[in-house]
Amino acid sequence: MATDTHTARRPVLAVLPRITGLLNRAVTIALLALLVFWLAVNLVQGPGQFGSVLLIGFTNGALYALIALGYTLVYGIIELINFAHGDVFMWGTMITVSIAGTRLGLDGSQSGIVTFLGVLAAMLGAMVFCGILNPTIERVALRRLRNAPRLAPLITTLGISYILSNAAQFFYGPNYTGVGAILPSNILFLDWPAKSLIVILATIPLLLALTYVVRRTRQGKAMRAVAQDMDAARMMGVDVDRTISFTFALAGILAGAGGTLYVLEITTTRYDLGQIGLLAFTAAVLGGIGNLTGATLGALIIGLIQAFNEGLSWHAPGEQWTTSIVFSILILILVFRPQGLLGQPEADRA
Amino acid sequence: MIDKLPIPRWARRAIIPIIIVPLVVLYPEYYTSLGTSQLIPTLSTAVTMTVFVCMAVGLNMVVGYAGLLDLGYVAFYAIGSYVAGWFASTQFASHSIVFGAVGVQSNAIGIHISIWLLLPVAAAMAAAAGVVIGLPTLRLRGDYLALVTLGFGEIIPQVVRNGDNMFGTGFNLTNGVAGITPIDPMGFRYLHGVLPFLPDNFLLTPNLDVWFYRVGLLLVAITVFCSIRLRDSRLGRAWVALREDEIAAAAMGVPLMQVKTWAYASGAFFGGAAGCFYGVYQGGAIPDNFKLYISTLLLAMVILGGMGNVWGVCLGAAVLSYLNQQGLGAIGNTINSNFGTNIEITKYEAGLFGLLIVLMMLFRPQGLIPSSRRKAEFDVVKEEHEAAGVVVG
Repeated sequence: MATDTHTARRPVLAVLPRITGLLNRAVTIALLALLVFWLAVNLVQGPGQFGSVLLIGFTNGALYALIALGYTLVYGIIELINFAHGDVFMWGTMITVSIAGTRLGLDGSQSGIVTFLGVLAAMLGAMVFCGILNPTIERVALRRLRNAPRLAPLITTLGISYILSNAAQFFYGPNYTGVGAILPSNILFLDWPAKSLIVILATIPLLLALTYVVRRTRQGKAMRAVAQDMDAARMMGVDVDRTISFTFALAGILAGAGGTLYVLEITTTRYDLGQIGLLAFTAAVLGGIGNLTGATLGALIIGLIQAFNEGLSWHAPGEQWTTSIVFSILILILVFRPQGLLGQPEADRA
Repeated sequence: MIDKLPIPRWARRAIIPIIIVPLVVLYPEYYTSLGTSQLIPTLSTAVTMTVFVCMAVGLNMVVGYAGLLDLGYVAFYAIGSYVAGWFASTQFASHSIVFGAVGVQSNAIGIHISIWLLLPVAAAMAAAAGVVIGLPTLRLRGDYLALVTLGFGEIIPQVVRNGDNMFGTGFNLTNGVAGITPIDPMGFRYLHGVLPFLPDNFLLTPNLDVWFYRVGLLLVAITVFCSIRLRDSRLGRAWVALREDEIAAAAMGVPLMQVKTWAYASGAFFGGAAGCFYGVYQGGAIPDNFKLYISTLLLAMVILGGMGNVWGVCLGAAVLSYLNQQGLGAIGNTINSNFGTNIEITKYEAGLFGLLIVLMMLFRPQGLIPSSRRKAEFDVVKEEHEAAGVVVG
C-alpha cells in the first residue's frame, strides 16, 4: 500500500516544476503583452507626447547608468551593496552647483564656448571630488571590515550614507539648491530639449572610456582578476587593496560625472537626492549585478519605465507610484531571476 | 570583585533586575522630583521609548536571532498603526460598529473596536504581512534579502500615502497624506466598574501619559518575555543554527522555509502591536511617520545594544529613542545656554546616527552588551584570522 502511493505520487511531483515553469513563462508573456498594448495605445493617442517621453526616458536611463555602473563595479569586486553610492552621486551634484553656479556664475547667458568650458570644468571638479571621496570611504570604513561577517560592511555603508547626506545638509542647507538653465532648451530647428540630447551624448564617451579601462588596461585586468578570485589574484601578485581602491575611484568618477549631467538636466538638487541611488541599484540588479553592459541596459529600462509611468496620459499610474513600481520590479527580479537579464547564474550569489 | 563575594549565582543574576525594574516601573511617581532639567525624560518621551523598545526587540528576533537583515521594519509599524486607524476611528463612515470602545457614543459612525482587542489583531495582521514579505525571500540570502525588505519598506508607506483613491475607484482606504485621525482613546471600560482605580478613559485622567506609560511597559514585558522564551525554544535554536550556517542547518534537518517565515512573522508581530499602541497614543496614523529612517534607526538600536541580546537591545533602543525624541535637542540647548554657542544639534541627528553605526561596526561590532554566544563567535573569528596571519581591525 505504502509503495503504491509512493509510485503514484512520484510522477505528479516530477511534473510539478514543469507546470510552475510553464506558468511562470505564461504570466511573464501576459504581463509583457499587456505592457506592449498599453504603450501602443499611448503611442496612437499621442505620438508627439510619446516621443518626448521616450527622450526623457533615455536621458533618465543615461543618468541612472552612470550611477548603476558604480554599484555594479563595487559589487562585482567585493560583493558589497554600497548604500553610500547614491550619496556620493548627490555630492557630485552639489560640487557641480558650487563650481558652475556659485563660482563661475553660469546661467545660460554666456557664449557657447564659455558655457562649454565652464561645464567641462564643473564636471572635472565633480569627477575628481567623487573619485577621491569614494576610495576614501573604502579606505577608512570598509577595508577593516573585509574579513568581518558579511552584513557588517553593508550596515556600515548605510551609516556612511546618512553621514554624507547630513554633511550636504550642513554645507548646502535643507532646501533645494541649483543653477539656472545653463544649456539652451532648443537646438537648431528641432523642437527637442537640447539638454537631454547633450546628457545622452555626454554619457556615451564615458561608457566607452570605462569599457576601455576595464577591458584593455593592466589595472582593468587586475580588477577582473580580483572580481573572479581575490585570493588567486593576490597570489599572482595583484595588489588587491589598490585594485579595490581603484574600483571605488572609478565608481566615484562616474557618479561625479553623473552628478554634473543631472544638474544640467534637472537644474536643482538637494541633500536627500541620494535616494535616487536605490533606483539605480535596481537597474544594476535588473541587468545582472556585476555585469557592466547589464547595468547600462537595466538603467535604460528603469529610466524608460519611470518616464512612461510619469509622462504618459492613458492609464499611467503617475509619479506618486514610481517608487512602488520600481521596487516591485526589483522584488520580482530578485525572486524569479536573481542573476538579472544578462548575468550568469551563480550558486552562492542569490 | 563581586565574583569573590559568597553570593549564590541566582542572587547575583537577580541583582541588576531588582534594581532596574522598580526604577523603571515607578518612573511616573518620582520623575518630577528629579528636578526641572530638560535632560530628564518626560513621560511622553518615556512612552515613546517603550514603543521603540518593543519594536527593537521584535526586529532583534529577525536580525539578531535569525541573522536576516531587515531594512523595512517600518512597514510593520505602519500596518499596526493603520489597523488602529481603520477599526477605531470614523474612517469607514458608511459603517457604524461600536464594540467596547471608550469615548464614543454607541451609535457613532465608523468602526470603533476596543483597542485591547485591536492590539492582537494589529500584531496578527503585521505577522501576516511578515509572512508575505518572507515568502518571496526564501530563495534569497544575505544582502539580496535586505533589498527585498527595503523594497517592501518603501512600497507600503507609498501605498498608504496614495491610498485615498485606490485604483481610481474612489475607495478611501488610508485617507492619503493627511492620515487617519483621530483614533479612539484607550481605557478600562468594563474593568473600571469592578476596579474603580483603573480609569475609564486615559484621556480623562489628570495625566494621561502615566497610563500610556504603564500599558507601554506591559507591552515591553510581554515582548521581552516572548522574545526570551522564543530564543530558548526549538524554533529559536533553529534560528541561531540558520544564522551561523544555512547549509549546515539545512543538512541537520532545519526546515529553512518554515523557520525563516516564522522569524519574519514573529518579528513583525511585535512591531505591529507596538505600531498599533503608538498610533493610539499619538491619536492618528500619519504616513509621514513611516520612513526608511525609522527602519535604520531601529537597526541602529539593535546594533548599539548588541545583536541577539534582548537586554542589550532594550538598552540600545531606550538610549537611541530618548536621544531621538528629546535628548539631542535637550543636550544642544544645554550646551548653548552654558557656553553661549548656537548649535542646532538636532539638525545633525541623521549624521550622528550614521556616525554611531559606522563607529560601532568598526570598533565594537558585537554591541554594548553582546550576547555571550555572539561574543564567543567574534573572538573565534579573530583567533582564526590571527592564526592565518590576517590582521583584523
